[in-house]
Amino acid sequence: MAVTAPQKTATPLDVERLRADFPILSRTVHGKALVYLDNAATSQKPRQVIDAMSAVYLEHNANIHRGVYEFSERTTALFEGAREKVATLINAPQTREVIFCRNATEGLNLIMHTWGREHIGAGDVIVTTVLEHHSNFVPWQQLAQQVGATLVVVDIDDDGRLRRDQFTAAMAKRPKLVALTHTSNGLGTITPAKALTAEAHAAGALVVIDGAQSVPHAAVDVRDLDCDFLAFSGHKMLAPPGSGVVWGRAAILEQMRPFLYGGDMISRVAVDLTTWNELPWKFEAGTSAYVDAIGLGAAVDYLQAVGMDKIHEHERALVGYALPKLLAVPGLTVFGPKTLEDRVGVISFDVAGIHPHDVAQIFDSEGICVRAGHHCNQPLMTRLGTAATTRASFYLYNTFAEIDALVGAIDTAKKLFKV
Amino acid sequence: MDDFYREFILDHYKNPHNFGELADATHRYHDTNPLCGDEITMFLKIGADDRVDDVRFSGTGCAISVASASILTDEVKGKTLDELKAIDRDHVLENLGITLTPARLKCALLSLKALKGSAWGLHEWPGEEAKSS
Repeated sequence: MAVTAPQKTATPLDVERLRADFPILSRTVHGKALVYLDNAATSQKPRQVIDAMSAVYLEHNANIHRGVYEFSERTTALFEGAREKVATLINAPQTREVIFCRNATEGLNLIMHTWGREHIGAGDVIVTTVLEHHSNFVPWQQLAQQVGATLVVVDIDDDGRLRRDQFTAAMAKRPKLVALTHTSNGLGTITPAKALTAEAHAAGALVVIDGAQSVPHAAVDVRDLDCDFLAFSGHKMLAPPGSGVVWGRAAILEQMRPFLYGGDMISRVAVDLTTWNELPWKFEAGTSAYVDAIGLGAAVDYLQAVGMDKIHEHERALVGYALPKLLAVPGLTVFGPKTLEDRVGVISFDVAGIHPHDVAQIFDSEGICVRAGHHCNQPLMTRLGTAATTRASFYLYNTFAEIDALVGAIDTAKKLFKV
Repeated sequence: MDDFYREFILDHYKNPHNFGELADATHRYHDTNPLCGDEITMFLKIGADDRVDDVRFSGTGCAISVASASILTDEVKGKTLDELKAIDRDHVLENLGITLTPARLKCALLSLKALKGSAWGLHEWPGEEAKSS
């Protein structure tokens, strides 16, 4: 679908009702109504998530798993219940394949330090893309350098879409691993992860998908994708920071050695020998951030009650409204896809003659929160030929009026800078 | 915001003084702002009496960063290396005359860091050696 005139396409969400669940959204900044458009960095939290976490602390906080008393058992049940909710959300074949970690970054590092170190050696090939967040790039770059493997980086076309021809060419190198983002945090591009996974599997590679920007915004189904690992962060999907997930196929996870050693991840410890706990606890050493995980469970409940497909449709409506308005601003360049195909509500742009830091600071004075910088995307910024962009990113609670405010603030910035 | 982006800051941003490279620089230092990926290279040409004969800076930056570098480089011509080493951050902030948020302090002070790095003959800032590896 080509983008023409700005249209407020009917959204399937009752946004005003949803917004009432997010106390922070009614705050003001510098005397202006808050316009929060930095959702690719982190999301705001609904009262339901905050209350679920408060309830643990106020009513039955106790460490999980080992306590033989009421409070510990209640907290454990909620923690393991959150795991089931996450498993349902991503359609995991087995709940024990869902491992709680701090965030997508830690989940990706877990894969690198365990499966990666055991299977990638000198002369092996790892394939990744220029779209990756540093969290799905630097671990593989470093592993490759440490063991003498080759890192092949698939490029994008000038619209910010992955170069399929280059990906196919990379598969001819018979990689051991493909590390692929599902959605670019810098450009909003959705990659054809399912098709690429099939191609990678045909070439004999395992596939790690960074779902940090896709799981919060659309229905993601690991059985449909057929990937081998998926990592994502709770804090980008209405849950607290510290609640992350790495999912992996049970058959692979079973064969992997542990990531961190310590309490909870053991089966039995003798002076000279330790055996490992079962999945998923083999990968959850020490006291987990169980209250955060319970918060993630509440966030999953919230998102599923709203509907992942409706959230995706709402964000699409916002992008369909925002893109033509932004593209019509003289001197404004949008990086990445300029149509609604295969993209989510992340829009990176440049205003000629105004550095993104200055754009963001002027926006802040209007109550608008956006991100300015390289977005942990420096290889992508280099590819785009810029050091930094201004990025607005949407979520289920954003409105058409907030996009009007964004466009108005660009005008304010241009007047101030006389460009 | 009019207060923050004062006319003289915007003037320096749009037409920075001493912007470019010095082919015959005796001292040069490159640095980046890891928060935003901005870059600066400071070039000094130091004469026989240890004074700054010429100065240039190049790179990319926001209005605060470029204006700060522009004003700072204007000031250092004719100064001795020891005088350069003695310039402190408060002086640079006074030059700008605006209240900066913590995130923007790095923008304002990047040029001072580069100037001092070049004055001391450094290639990397002590304690940051790992970042260049």
